[in-house]
Amino acid sequence: MTIEELRRIAETERAAQSRFQHHVCVCVAAGCLSSGADLVRDALKMEVVESGMQNEVLVKGVGCMGLCSAGPLVSVKTEGRMFQAVTAEHAPEIIRSMDTGGDPATGGLHPCPTDVPFFARQKKIVLENSGLIDPERIEDYIAHEGYAALVTAITEMSPQEVIDQVKGSGLRGRGGAGYPTGLKWSTVAKTGDQQKYVICNADEGDPGAFMDRAVLESDPHRVLEGMAIAAYAVGAQKGFIYVRAEYPLAVKHLKTAIKQAERLGLLGNSICGTRFNFHIDIRLGAGAFVCGEETALIASIEGKRGTPRPRPPFPAESGLWECPTLINNVETFANIAPIVRHGAVWFAAIGTEKSKGTKVFALAGRVENTGLIEVPMGITLREIIHDIGGGIPDGKKYKAVQTGGPSGGCIPAEHLDSPVDYESLARIGSIMGSGGMIVMDETSCMVDVAKYFMEFCMSESCGKCIPCRAGTQQMHGILEKITSGEAAAADVALLMELCELVRNTALCGLGQSAPNPVVTTLRYFREEYDAHVSGAGCLAGACKAKDEATV
Amino acid sequence: MQTFAGPPQAPSDDKRWKIVEATARRHGREPHALIETLHTVQECFGYLDESALRFVAAVLRVPLSRVYGAATFYHFFTLKPQGKHTCVVCTGTACYIKGAPLVLNAIERSYGIKPGETTADGELSVLTARCLGSCGLAPAAVIDTAVLGKIAPEDVVARIAKGMHS
Repeated sequence: MTIEELRRIAETERAAQSRFQHHVCVCVAAGCLSSGADLVRDALKMEVVESGMQNEVLVKGVGCMGLCSAGPLVSVKTEGRMFQAVTAEHAPEIIRSMDTGGDPATGGLHPCPTDVPFFARQKKIVLENSGLIDPERIEDYIAHEGYAALVTAITEMSPQEVIDQVKGSGLRGRGGAGYPTGLKWSTVAKTGDQQKYVICNADEGDPGAFMDRAVLESDPHRVLEGMAIAAYAVGAQKGFIYVRAEYPLAVKHLKTAIKQAERLGLLGNSICGTRFNFHIDIRLGAGAFVCGEETALIASIEGKRGTPRPRPPFPAESGLWECPTLINNVETFANIAPIVRHGAVWFAAIGTEKSKGTKVFALAGRVENTGLIEVPMGITLREIIHDIGGGIPDGKKYKAVQTGGPSGGCIPAEHLDSPVDYESLARIGSIMGSGGMIVMDETSCMVDVAKYFMEFCMSESCGKCIPCRAGTQQMHGILEKITSGEAAAADVALLMELCELVRNTALCGLGQSAPNPVVTTLRYFREEYDAHVSGAGCLAGACKAKDEATV
Repeated sequence: MQTFAGPPQAPSDDKRWKIVEATARRHGREPHALIETLHTVQECFGYLDESALRFVAAVLRVPLSRVYGAATFYHFFTLKPQGKHTCVVCTGTACYIKGAPLVLNAIERSYGIKPGETTADGELSVLTARCLGSCGLAPAAVIDTAVLGKIAPEDVVARIAKGMHS
């Protein structure tokens, strides 16, 4: 494969698509699929055939368009129109409107305005193809500049030049910790000539996070391309994608994508006629949250129980089967191709001084528009929740936003104007995390939320180190006592002491960050703890409601 | 290190054991294929029983303790057979604050089973998922293979009843 051959494939595909006057894209990612998007797509296809418009209308299934709460979504790309909550019965109406050129607003069809802040305020890099291309066709990806970065990197750049681009871009790990990606790459590259591995961490375990799944389902080739560029840069020959077994559609799309890339010689032996070989295999996770931790993930790929081990040595020096291993998150790899294509300077111009580029968030909870969004770093939480998210529904009052899942914290209204970047979020006690963002209103009890996350950490603790295994259990016990109104002030003091202890002594990130939800709720919502302890009860009424429901 | 003496005996002449063996063979019967092989067993049989664990240990030439260790460590694997119908309720953060506990309570009231349990007649199993990733549709549940979003507790019970009697 040369760059000319790649361009030819792209041109052929673009020509084939432009023959159609109308492009109808149906979101068939998991969110819309569960509201029946596959039926909508089939109905639309049938309708096109029945009305004899096969040569004018192209119906294709595409990836996530973002506004999951309004699904199934259908967009008519050529006319810039979008429809929400579409059912199979709407198919004739949509197709007929194309025939007559009229407005299909009459009769049951719900238009979805695209000039609203939800769409207008986003900036798409990782999700640029999401909702636009057919994830099961490599040609569609190539037609949208896909694999150009890989071919350019292999044929025109040295590995060091690739690393310099990534370093210069200022990209930081999107898994949550924010370690500079270029630095990690150069550490692995420096280990010299030997067997090395590239691992894509797609074990998206945070409850309330589905960014990586959306990327894998909507644009799997982007991740493969990023991994292959990384392998070229660090000198690896073999790659693994560790993906949750709970994401069958993502696994299916990945398998298809790997086969297609191998067929075109973009993966496999002597890629682009050079001496660079790179093979990618999929490994299924099996529902252990701790496997998101890199050393636990490596143990799991080796077929063992997923328990972490102390670092150093870091996987960059001794990882999978004791070989140097580069582990990056799905979203990190998804950023690589655009960086190589447009250059480090372009990427570094987006975002803040220390956090470059964009971040994908899964916006959910008590907020009007739920779904997947991509925003430039440095945007404020207020803009995300009130502009893009459309505020809190049912006239309720905002209480907190939870970022970073069980390792993150709850951010109150007073910090809504804080910018979204690694440092600012850490300063207010939370973390960037992998991108789950859950909004809560006054009906949520913050002690109950802290208990929920502690229960999560307690049952997901692998049991290897005592502070995490026993500490999470003790903390959960105290929280249980508080929510049921049986605790005294001394219990809260003990809870704080335990938080400090577990944070400082646990072996891996899971344990070290497990106290975060408790610490932030204690810091910002102390009055709720005090109300439970003093006998005033649950201020939000949530704990009481649950007690009654279980009786 | 054990030496390999001929192909291990499958627990029965069920054809599905061949599929399990094929997975192990594809990975060169290396110990690192353990989780992949267990996935295949669960896909074929629905759960992992003792004979399956023993067979996997023999095929991959690893101690039974290691197979049992992995099978019990990972939540995805189950050692008990599931009911004819399953209802998986998502308890991710978004679903939790939008009422997943009420959904589970409604199921318990109607069928008398808690998450992880199966009705005495083997008709229904109720499970929870850490997160289905359908947070935009919270609260969500999966009944058999259908994903349902924005469900009210009474809807879930109605859908389960519908599935069991159809």
